[in-house]
This record gives sequence, structure tokens and C-alpha cells, in this order.
Amino acid sequence: MRIPLVYNLRSLRQRPATSAATVAGIALVVVTFVGMLALADGFRAAMVSTGRSDNVLVVRRGSDSELTSTVARDQASIVSAFPHVATDADGTPLITSDVYVVITRNRDVAGGSEANVPVRGVGMAAFRVRDQVRMTEGRPFERGRPEVIVGIGTALRFPGMNVGDEIELGAGRFTVVGHFEADGGAFESEIWGENEQLMGVFRGPVFQSLTFRLEDPQSFDVAKSAIEADPRLQLGVHRESAFFAGQSELLTNMLRFLAIFVTGIMAIGAVFGAINTMDTMVSARSREIALLLTLGFRPRSVMASFLMESTLLALAGGILGCLLALPLNGVTTSTTNWQSFAELSFSVNITPPVLAIGVVFAVGMGIVGGFLPARHAAKQVIAQALRKA
Amino acid sequence: MTRTGIVVANLRRRKRRTLLTIMGVAIAMFLFITLRSVLTTLSDSGEVGSENRLIVSNKTGFTFTLPMAYATRLAATAGVSGVSWSQWFGGVYIEPRNFFAQFAIDPATYLALYPEIVIPEDQKQAFINEQTAALVGRGLAERFGWQLGQTINLQGTIFRPGEDWPFTIRAIYESGRGGFPDNTMYLHYAYLEQAFGGEFGEAGSFVLGIEDPAQAAAIAAAIDDSYENSAASTKTQTEGAYNLGFVGLYGNIGFFLNTIGMAVVFAILLVAANTMAMSARERIPEIAVLKTVGFTDRAVFAIVLGEAFAMAILGAGLGLAGALVVFNLGEFNFFGFIPGLAVAGRTILLMAGITLILTLASGLVPARAAGRLNVVEALRHVA
Amino acid sequence: MALVEVKDLTKVFRRDTQEIAVFDGLDLTMQQGDFLALMGPSGSGKSTLLNLLAGLDRPTSGTITVGGHDVPGMKSRQLASWRAGNIGFIFQLYNLIPVLTAMQNVELPLLLTKFRSKERRDRALTALKVVGLTERADHYPRQLSGGQEQRVGIARAIVTDPQLILADEPTGDLDAKSASEILDLLQRLNREFDKTILMVTHDPNAADRASRTLHLEKGVLLEAAGSSI
Repeated sequence: MRIPLVYNLRSLRQRPATSAATVAGIALVVVTFVGMLALADGFRAAMVSTGRSDNVLVVRRGSDSELTSTVARDQASIVSAFPHVATDADGTPLITSDVYVVITRNRDVAGGSEANVPVRGVGMAAFRVRDQVRMTEGRPFERGRPEVIVGIGTALRFPGMNVGDEIELGAGRFTVVGHFEADGGAFESEIWGENEQLMGVFRGPVFQSLTFRLEDPQSFDVAKSAIEADPRLQLGVHRESAFFAGQSELLTNMLRFLAIFVTGIMAIGAVFGAINTMDTMVSARSREIALLLTLGFRPRSVMASFLMESTLLALAGGILGCLLALPLNGVTTSTTNWQSFAELSFSVNITPPVLAIGVVFAVGMGIVGGFLPARHAAKQVIAQALRKA
Repeated sequence: MTRTGIVVANLRRRKRRTLLTIMGVAIAMFLFITLRSVLTTLSDSGEVGSENRLIVSNKTGFTFTLPMAYATRLAATAGVSGVSWSQWFGGVYIEPRNFFAQFAIDPATYLALYPEIVIPEDQKQAFINEQTAALVGRGLAERFGWQLGQTINLQGTIFRPGEDWPFTIRAIYESGRGGFPDNTMYLHYAYLEQAFGGEFGEAGSFVLGIEDPAQAAAIAAAIDDSYENSAASTKTQTEGAYNLGFVGLYGNIGFFLNTIGMAVVFAILLVAANTMAMSARERIPEIAVLKTVGFTDRAVFAIVLGEAFAMAILGAGLGLAGALVVFNLGEFNFFGFIPGLAVAGRTILLMAGITLILTLASGLVPARAAGRLNVVEALRHVA
Repeated sequence: MALVEVKDLTKVFRRDTQEIAVFDGLDLTMQQGDFLALMGPSGSGKSTLLNLLAGLDRPTSGTITVGGHDVPGMKSRQLASWRAGNIGFIFQLYNLIPVLTAMQNVELPLLLTKFRSKERRDRALTALKVVGLTERADHYPRQLSGGQEQRVGIARAIVTDPQLILADEPTGDLDAKSASEILDLLQRLNREFDKTILMVTHDPNAADRASRTLHLEKGVLLEAAGSSI
């Protein structure tokens, strides 16, 4: 009962320019869609991959970002003595007391746009607490010296941060002694130095946060209650991974909204174009349609046949769009995370699910676009069509 | 039957196709105008700052404060007519998603420097005289449905984090100049000092009024020089440059939006050109008949091109009208993210240019083909 | 029993506010093996009659029975499959699908039957053999002459071995020589293969080839004087 597929394929080939234009239109929508979603995903991936679930981040109670938090020295000492904090083979508690500020730096030498670069003063145990941090060039800073290391996200995007350069931090001058990477997470956009050194040039003898490794990965809730209940402390306790993931919500949602808004509108336009194309094809082939109906093919088969044609065009457009989008994968860009007010560099992240959604979206457009013309084809009055020259 | 009549009659012949093409162009234009308007608004916001004001902030970063003590020396600087200060409060209204800007100010001196903040006199006095009072912009009040006299709670994040700060809305201001945001809240600096049991002693930034805008650069340089070697060195710039700095935080967004904009324009061209080509092919017999009747090659050319133009301009006009209604009239600004979002004159110009290109790209080839059509050949195909 | 039995047929067309009665109480009978030519002026309703017989249109009143089936009484799904197996249609403008080869065009009606791929191909080839076009099986319509296209049309019309063949001006678009070839073919189908054919035409030469001619004038069927036996 089905009209053979070869009929549809050959008919499409008869009108190469029109078919190509429709395919291109849909491909454009899909490229934009995939690109924008991948941008949002890349941003989110960077934030989500920043923290570990067996690390605990402690800030002042009520603070939702390290920036607005202060933790006093004595509070830091109390926390590091808690049994929940893991210790190293030599007995050192795996905890880092961090100074965290955001400074202004020009993106280019000419002094064009500015960005907020996060600077983190860490304890020497930080490299063990955050063991995803690895040097790519040079060496880590030494205790007691005015030295810093720069994450590769920032090192590559800002002038004057090569190994050996001197940079101004607050009222002090520091030498860059190395670059580091951190699995694509937020730390790669930061400048790290020793906490004691940076305290001196920034906000004085307070920390902004503490991060420690859990002795027992299952004991997060216990640790949280213990710390938050302690009357000497006024602290809020979070899983490091959850904390950073939470900081990505606003911007991720905004980017996703933008993706849907822009491509939604483009899709409407593409669907209109598809309807037009199919309409023309249907009316050009009205005699063929009348013939098929006369021969005894059911109107439903005719409708399905035309719907198949528009779906094929759309599928081609979807695949083409995905292929065009692929080169964007891995392209790095950066923006300010509005929740943390710190610059974050990240890569566009195209994953199979996003591509799949893109193709499904394209097919959806094909079906919606082809529906009315296909139905029109099926409802054709045979007698009139047969007489048309 | 005039030439225009023929164009119109042709367009009405295939109503659905004409309508869909026009709608497609309209939608794509709307999107294009939206994207460009976001860009123009963001870059224009740099001009919003009055040239009569300078902002003095901490050179290290915007989250760093300056000592309040600087106020006296700043006031005494040559060319400075007035000094005030503000401190970012950063409170949360119910949940972080409801984000809006809040500044702690010294009402008397601050309002004197900002004539753009237009407040009815009685409300202004009510605000000044009450330490827990809040001054909110019209846009902000409408967003949350606040009324005068209403008490709202903000949860502190920087100051007394986790605790509630109650404010009573005593004044609502209108923006006195296009582009000046009306979605900000101002509170008393003195109220803030309560968190410190007396004296905070720091300001996020200072605002200076200057008598002669031409002196701005010189005054800024002088101030920055004088604080060069202090613990808190300053960065002084015009208010416009200061605002632009925040826009720069958006990073590559300009490039991003431009790229999408181009993709959209390209898509429009495809849609329209496609339709015109389809029409042209179908109309060969008719054009032949027109020529037989006596229309010249030129006339036929004009008719076909006229059709392309009609669709392009109707679509573009519709898209533009839509954008004007939504942004300029309706004042939609993506939930406060792009305050003052509006379609700029230069965007309209750009759009006109695109419409022209669209007409030519979609209509020129079919029009030329129609003009050159050989009547005898064509009539042979007529049934 | 007559193959085709039409009694008291009325068809009224509505155009805007006008009502036009194409026929008003028309009767027609055809026996198995008849070759009937139907002539009449333009607009007399000849093609409408064909459409009604094939179930492509419904009468305003009256009965149409083909091969014992009450045509107007069938539901559209039944009608479609009945038509596929029982009626062969030949059109003035051939109506071949341009993107399919001659063979594929002929095979088209067979797709509506239960025959498997090999069977379908065999039957299509047989039909092409009858019309003498086997060596053109893989050609596209644009590669064929008008006469050849119509022969493919005829092959398509007979490939399902239908009870009744309806031909609407089959030679209307052809030159004299090709027209004659087509008419030869139709006569052969009628005499050798006992096919029942109803042919609408306004060419008296074509009508001469049929065994009987009827004229449709002012909604009524008339026997013309001097029609061949």
C-alpha cells in the first residue's frame, strides 16, 4: 500500500535548487541550536567539574560565594582539628585556608575591555586537596616568597602572565613561576599564590574559605552537622562539587534560554520556508497525485509519502547542521560568571546527546513543515487535477 | 489594470505562500533587530554616564573598597564640584534569581549629583529623613509590585550575612534620561554602618561632579597619581567608561551575537530567494501572455522585481514593527538584564539596507529572466 | 448479467450559486466484452460519467453497478482497493510519473495488490509485451514519444487484469499515426483479450473503431445512426 520511497527520492532530485535551499535553511537552524546549547553545556561542564564530591568547602554562614565570605584564623584552626578532616601519611591535615579576591585586568595590552580575574591564596596542602591541579610549565610557588602560578585559561588569554613575568597584585609585585591546568575546571581561570603572602596585599588577616578532604567520603552529612552546630563557628558547609555547580546555574540557564529563544524563532522561519517548498512541490505534482489516487492508493498513503519527503529533507538538514557545528567543539571562550563575578574560561562542549537533539529537532521541523502541504495533497479533488494542463 | 495592480494580484494568487514568505522574513528580521539592539544598547550604555561625573574606584578590583577618608581630599581637588559615595549592598530579595542592584548612599550628596533620579519632592524628603528607608526605581517597583510604604526584607550576603535587613519603601524614582536604569534600589549608608556598630569607614566607589567635562581626563590623572603609592590606589574614569567596563565583562558576546545575526540574515535571504525562484518558474506562461498583450521587457522586469520588493518590505516592516512594539513600547528587556533595551536609529538604517539587498538577491535573477523571456518558446509550453 | 449497469443517474454540479445538472436520469448498460465509444460536445459530461463509473465521484441520485458491485455504496477505502483491482484508467495526457521508468510506472498499480516483487515484475513485463514496449522498460517518460508514453499508460491500465477499462480521450494528444497505433492496440485488447472498454472521444475515426457508439447530448444518451456493429 505504500508509495515507494524511490519516488520521493527521485522527485527531490528533480528540484535540486529548491531542495538544497530547504536543507540549508534547516541546517542553519540546527547549527545555531547545537552551537548555543554546546556553549551552555561547556560553561556548565567547567563549573561542575571544578569540585570533588569528597571535598568540603566552608564559608561564612549565609554567604553564597567565596567573594563575600570571611573566615577568621581561629575558626580555620578549629575546623582543621576536626576528625572529619583527612590527614596525609605524615599527619598533615588535608585542608587549605583560602584567600579569594577578584581583581581587574585588561584583556589586551592596549587596555581594551577589562575582566575580573580570580586570585586565590592557598595553603601549601592545596595541591593535595585539589589533586586535579597539575603544573604544565615551571614550578609551584614556594612558601614565603612573592610568587604566583597562573591557570592556563587565564595565562593564555591575558597579556603579561608568562613564566618569568612580574604582575601587580594589590600593592605588591609577584613573579609568575609556573602555569597549571585543572581538568578544565574553574581553577584554570585563577591565579594562585600562598595565602599568607596574598593576605598581606589584599584584605588583611582573614580567609574567605576553607576546603578540606573528607576522611571518610560517606561522612559529609556528619561533618556538616558537626561544623555548623559548633557555637564557636558561624560557618556554612557545602560539598565542593555542589558549591561550584550551584554557582553555574544562573548563567547556564540564561544561555540555555537564549539558545531556545533564538533558535525557536529561527525554526519558525525555517518551517515557513519548508511549508512553501512543499506546497510548491505538491502543486507541481498535482497530476501525479491525482493519478496515484485514481490508481487506488489511499489518501493517507499520499499524505505519508509527502510527509516522508519533507522529513527526508529535514533529516539531511539536521545532519548537515550537526556536521557544520562540529568544528566548534573545543573552541575556548570566556565570560564572567555573574554569580561569582569571576572570569571563567571554558570550551564549547558538543556531546552526542546535543547532536541527537539537534537531529530530532530538525526532523520535527520537517514534520511540522510538511504536514499541511501533505494533507493538502491527500485531499486533492481528483477529477479537477486530472484535467489541469 | 496597472503594473502595481498586477504585482498585487500575483501576490494574492497564492495567498498561503505569500503570507508564509512575508512572515518568514518578518520573523527573521525581528530576530536580527533584537540581536543588534542588544548590542547597540550595551554599547550605548557606555554613553549613559553623564560627562559631568567621574567615578573613583579601587584600582585592584571592583570588589575592593576605598577608605572613606579619601572623601575630603577628593572634594578639595581642583575642578571637582561635588563628592558623594556608594557601596554595593548585594542583598538577596527572597531568592538569588530576583537579583537587582542595591547601593548604600549618602542621600543628600548623592541625589545632588544625579539629576537623572527624578523623585517627587515629598517622597524625596521622606527617603532622606528615614534611615531604614529605600528609594526604588519605577521599573523595579513594577517588577515586584511594590507600593509606597511597603516594607521589604533583603537578606544580607556581605553585611550581616544570612540576616534580614528590613527596608521601607519611601520613594519611587523615574528615570530622567533615556537609558538611565530605573531598576535600582538605594538605601542609607548610615543604616549600613549599623552592621559595624558605628563606623564602616569604607566606600565601594566615589562619585565626583566636575564643572568642566573637558577637564575630565586631567582631573582623573591627577587623582590617580596622588594615590599611586597608597595602600588603596585609585582608578578614576568618566562614568561612561566605568559602565562600559561592566559591559566588557560579557566577554565575547558581541562577536557571538554578530555571528548569529549574520546567520539569521543569510537564512532570510535563502527563504525569500527560494520562494521567488519557485514563483518565477511557475509563471513563465503568464509572463509570455503579458508580453503578447503588449507589455515591454522592461515592464515585465519591473513587475517581477516589484513582487520581490513587496514581499521584502512587507516582511521587514512587520518585523520592525514587532520589535518596536516589544522593546521600545513594551520595554521588554530580558527580565532586567539589558536595561533600556530599544531599537536604535542606526539599526533601522541597517535593516533598510538589508531589505534592499534582499530584494535584489531574490528578485534580480528571476526579473532578468522574465525580461528576456522568448515569447514563442514560452507559449509552446502553455497547454 | 451485464458488467456495467447504470440506472436513472443524475449528477448536479454547484458553481457559486448556480446549479448545473449534467445528467438527469441517464441509463447505460454494458456487457462483458463490449467496446463502447462515448461522444458528445465539450462540457456534456463525458468525463464526469467516467469518473462516476470509477467511483472517483458520487452521483446525486441513481444506481451504478459494475461487476455486481454497487459503486456509490462503497466506502472510500473499499472503493480505492476495488478500483485498484477492477478498473484500468487511460488518460488523455498519459499521466506517467516522470521520475519513474516505464517499467516502474506499469508496476505502480501492482503495489496495491498482494503480489511479491518478482511476480510484480513479471506481470509488468507481460503488460509491456502486450503493448510492444519491452525494450523500453528502463526508459523514463521524457525519453519516449507521445505514442510510446500512451502505450505505457495502456500497459499500466491492464497490468492488474481489470474488469473494465476506462479511456478518456486516449488519442486526443497524438498525431494521426500514433493515434492509429493506439486504437489498433485497444481493438486488440478487446478482440483478443476480451477486455471491456468504454472510450470517451470526440474523434469520429476513433469512435469508428469501437463496436458501438453512444452520444451524450444534453444529459441524455443517444444511439447514433450508422454506428458500426
